[in-house]
Amino acid sequence: MSTDTVAVLIEHRDGAVTPPSLEALTLARSLGTPIALWLGDAPAADAVAQLGEYGAAEVRVVGIGDDARLPAKAAAAIAAATEDAPVLVVISTFVTKEIATRLAVLNGAGVVVDAAGASRVDGHIETFQTVFAATWNVRTRIDADRAIVGVRPNTTQATPAESPGAATLTQVEATLPQTRERIVAVEPVDQGEGVPLAEAPVVVSGGRGTNGDYTLIEEFAGVLGGAVGASRDATDEGWISHEHMVGQTGTTVTPALYVACGISGAVHHRGGMQASGTIVAINMDPDAPIFEISDFGVVGSLFDVIPQAIETIKAHRGE
Amino acid sequence: MRILVTVKHVPDLQSNRSFTDGTVTRTADDGSMNELDEHAVEAALQLVEAAGEGEVYALTVGGPDAIAAVRKALQLGAHHAIHVSDVGIAGSDVFGTAMIIAAAVRKLHAEAPLDMVVTGMAALDGLTSMLPTALAAELDWSQLTLASAVSVADGEATIERHLPDAHETVAASLPAVVSVTDEANKPRYPNFKLIMAARKAEVPVWTLADLGIDPALVGGDAARATVVEASERPPRENRRHVTDKGEGGRELAEFLIEKGLA
Ligand SMILES: Cc1cc2nc3c(=O)[nH]c(=O)nc-3n(C[C@H](O)[C@H](O)[C@H](O)COP(=O)(O)OP(=O)(O)OC[C@H]3O[C@@H](n4cnc5c(N)ncnc54)[C@H](O)[C@@H]3O)c2cc1C
Ligand SMILES: Nc1ncnc2c1ncn2[C@@H]1O[C@H](COP(=O)(O)O)[C@@H](O)[C@H]1O
Repeated sequence: MSTDTVAVLIEHRDGAVTPPSLEALTLARSLGTPIALWLGDAPAADAVAQLGEYGAAEVRVVGIGDDARLPAKAAAAIAAATEDAPVLVVISTFVTKEIATRLAVLNGAGVVVDAAGASRVDGHIETFQTVFAATWNVRTRIDADRAIVGVRPNTTQATPAESPGAATLTQVEATLPQTRERIVAVEPVDQGEGVPLAEAPVVVSGGRGTNGDYTLIEEFAGVLGGAVGASRDATDEGWISHEHMVGQTGTTVTPALYVACGISGAVHHRGGMQASGTIVAINMDPDAPIFEISDFGVVGSLFDVIPQAIETIKAHRGE
Repeated sequence: MRILVTVKHVPDLQSNRSFTDGTVTRTADDGSMNELDEHAVEAALQLVEAAGEGEVYALTVGGPDAIAAVRKALQLGAHHAIHVSDVGIAGSDVFGTAMIIAAAVRKLHAEAPLDMVVTGMAALDGLTSMLPTALAAELDWSQLTLASAVSVADGEATIERHLPDAHETVAASLPAVVSVTDEANKPRYPNFKLIMAARKAEVPVWTLADLGIDPALVGGDAARATVVEASERPPRENRRHVTDKGEGGRELAEFLIEKGLA
């Protein structure tokens, strides 16, 4: 395929473009000419303007509504709208991994998910990512004619295009396949006020050491402008809901700052946060494994350390 | 209820995992059945028990050492094991692996219909979670992934799945490919009798030829992506640790302020 069109699957919530989508568009600009792909009801003018500002020359809309929840239908919709785009960038989540896989079975693309970045080398897309709980760096070349790259949030700094143009809006008709799967019920998770865990620039997590009291964790997250995370033991205890679980079977996070409070740092937990920028740990046990990977560690009780840290930060800000 | 469970042989989480020539280093010494596949075996056993009849087949695709994975599944209670092994398989990507597993599923399905394939939610080496979807697409069976609960009634399977933005209930006709999370159940402990039997069990080895697969379509040469460089990350530098003697919180705050993080 000769074009350098790079399609970006835009993630949107309540009609607004999410921050990882702007990161993905920024990355796409370094790979070719981006177009934005929007599944659902057509975006409002301000969303289109924002996509243009981050470099999308065109916004293609496929109005597939709730069918977007079924990977086979979403993949068919994307295939119909991106025939001319040899490269597709998506934000790596459990759902987009399924969509990417379906699409690749349809169009023969090579796929890399959970990438931290990508570049074009000798006509091929190459990705970089960390593996084995962020203990290894890996560079992968996509050999197939088509490439799908799933990028993790917080791995590219979103910046507006230098000379953005106005994006045009195109409606694409797609014939969707019949699927055997049927969605019986969807119960939205209350996201609260804050940023979703996977996208948050700061994550403050509490584990068994909280003894079930998340007041301080929430307060600290609030002061640092971050989201609240948890260990598996804490969600298993029912202290906090499953959506907050960080780890290789929960949410993988790569924030600029990760604060682990009363978390031992089991390998399963580390698998989901070890690629974070700066890692801070507060733990009473000096031998806790979390200290092996923390940039700053405090051996002490979170019930003493967090209130004093909050007080100091507030004093510094003159609050 | 006739169910096939896929189990993968992966390097132990606690071992020093590494790469050799662009692929994950696999040795018999520090490899084991992917921990998350224990939940797949358990889910299959529970479905057979709920149905009151049936059999569970455990299947692995991998080199000679991978047999350890199906033996582990037998210890956990799987009734039969199959090991797909062939030099031509080495280096396969998810699409190649899905093609191989699909061929094995079709072979068994032709002998007597299978109702379901149950997989783990992710293999703990690559953590891609792509295989279950690729397999469902390859087989053109129903796809029910990331199940934290699964039940079967009237020729249909129903799952619950907890996504970050929503809890879904999804139903689909059988046969289906179902992937289960580690929340789906608590795997049972193997009993002594099963451990002894698993050690002695004859495990048939199927080759690409047995499955009628053209070797050109699988293995490293057919992979759509290649690892071109892998290197161990250097440890974090300038790490600082303090013991709280009444000033730990302040020291932490100063660290964050100095770093521009607070
Ligand atoms: C298949 C599988 C998948 C898993 N997936 C995940 C996953 O995705 N995510 C995950 O998190 N876990 C996962 N786990 C569980 C994981 O192995 C650990 O059991 C879990 O992470 C431990 O949680 P924790 O650190 O909160 O508890 P613990 O290991 O009990 O640690 C609690 C820590 O708190 C400290 N502490 C106690 N009181 C205080 C105090 N007042 N102040 C400061 N520190 C204090 C203690 O010193 C201790 O280090 C998984 C397990 C399995 C088997
Ligand atoms: N080589 C393999 N042999 C058997 N099962 C596999 C293999 N690779 C992946 N699987 C199954 O697919 C699931 C998801 O793996 P993955 O998509 O690689 O993260 C695993 O939990 C296994 O059940």
